[in-house]
Amino acid sequence: MAGADVAAGSVEEVFRAEFGRVVAALTRRFGDLDLAEEMAQEAVVEALRRWPRDGVPPNPGGWLTTTARNRAVDRLRRESTREARHLEAHMLAEGTDPMEPVSSVADERLRLLFTCCHPALAQEAQVALTLRLLGGLSVAEVASAFLVPERTMAQRITRAKRKIRVARIPYRVPRDAELPARLRGVLATVFLVFNEGYLASSGETLVRTDLCGEAVRLGRLLRDLMPDEPEVAGLLALMLLVEARSAAREAGGVLVPLGEQDRRLWRRDLLDEGQELVRWCLRRGRPGPYQLMAAVNAVHADARSGSETDWAQVLELYDQLYAVSASPVVALNRAVALAEVEGAAAALAVVDGLGLEGYHPFHATRADLLRRLGRAEDAAGEYRLAIETAGNRAERAFLQGRLDAL
Amino acid sequence: MTLYLLSVMGTAGDPAPSAEETDRMYAAVGTFNKKIQGSGAWVFAGGLHGIESATVVDGTGTETIVTDGPYSEAKEFLGGFWVVRAPDLDAALELAAEGSAACGAKVEVRPFQDDTEA
Repeated sequence: MAGADVAAGSVEEVFRAEFGRVVAALTRRFGDLDLAEEMAQEAVVEALRRWPRDGVPPNPGGWLTTTARNRAVDRLRRESTREARHLEAHMLAEGTDPMEPVSSVADERLRLLFTCCHPALAQEAQVALTLRLLGGLSVAEVASAFLVPERTMAQRITRAKRKIRVARIPYRVPRDAELPARLRGVLATVFLVFNEGYLASSGETLVRTDLCGEAVRLGRLLRDLMPDEPEVAGLLALMLLVEARSAAREAGGVLVPLGEQDRRLWRRDLLDEGQELVRWCLRRGRPGPYQLMAAVNAVHADARSGSETDWAQVLELYDQLYAVSASPVVALNRAVALAEVEGAAAALAVVDGLGLEGYHPFHATRADLLRRLGRAEDAAGEYRLAIETAGNRAERAFLQGRLDAL
Repeated sequence: MTLYLLSVMGTAGDPAPSAEETDRMYAAVGTFNKKIQGSGAWVFAGGLHGIESATVVDGTGTETIVTDGPYSEAKEFLGGFWVVRAPDLDAALELAAEGSAACGAKVEVRPFQDDTEA
């Protein structure tokens, strides 16, 4: 019994690691995402049936791809009209035109990733497709991660795949000229998955580790596929450094702010890996938003306690971040560092001009600054606004605690 | 190759462009049209008169009903269109971006059914 469990566990591991590769290979071969997804799924079902009994084959990924490909060929033979249609239509535009400039990066899974994250698809569809086709999550898992009914998620995925097919969204890595803009879209999608996992916008738990883990997995894959891109390294570093703190972020259902976290609970292995990546980015000398956010978190990782944080350096990094991507949200985060360097009054003056009413971190930050300035009455009103706008129970519990302590 | 409809979207109530702006727009669209005629992407294109010139015909019942005015109450309306031939959506989006810049309006891109041409 225990042996079967172990086998099933390793099947799951292999399946998650290899699913994207199988889908990508079959899509390339048959030009049909639906067929690729279905056959990858069938190969997995077959593996779940056979591997616990016969043992995991020496090359499990190859076994899955071969099995899926054979099934696809069988299926197409049975449905010869469908096969004819495929051969005629090449349902996905593959970009095999010899005149087309060749991109400097090429891997089947990269094609799949850029197709899933095409800007012609809505962001929520990009996320769903990426998790399903590349991450190998079941439709039910993707649905539960985003707290939507399975039927809704299934429709979202089906509609997106249909648009890819009928509008002929190409199955290829963008040309070098388009790559920076398209890569930003891919990184944004992965970061969205991570953020939704890290600070669940609604629901009971603070952290949905399944989504964080999946985002980190995608980040590692991207890093493998595009090892020379500093922003890819920056995003992975950022996720690792933040993820490293997750065990310390909640105590008894209440959010624990960074400065008060028990740093012994931080995962040293993830911090080390993240900091190594940040150092690599620094050597490249091509800073971007993700690298700078990662660097901020690397500074926190360096401090043995909240009070030993090098806030001047954090502020300097936020200045740089604001220079490359100015937004009120960046300004708000910068103000948190400014409060530590120049005091709460200076920070409050900045925060008041941001116009972020309704965005709960704005109210939470403002409340904290007012509290530190001894303006209890104003702080209380601000905490109430923050509690109203926070979607997450652990955050609300933290804010309520602060309000009660005024 | 796939056929795409590039619809030029206008909004009712937008201020009318000056004669100078209109001339510049016609010139830019003319240049773009020549370019895509030369590249082989061109299938057909046309600009439409305003929605006040529209008539709706309903022939679905036993009696044909004709009414004055546009079909939709929406503020957005079709101002003109291109039908282009492109290898994939990225190529169509590139054409749409150029067309949009030329005519000074947003462009909606949609694939035709019967997606492949011989």
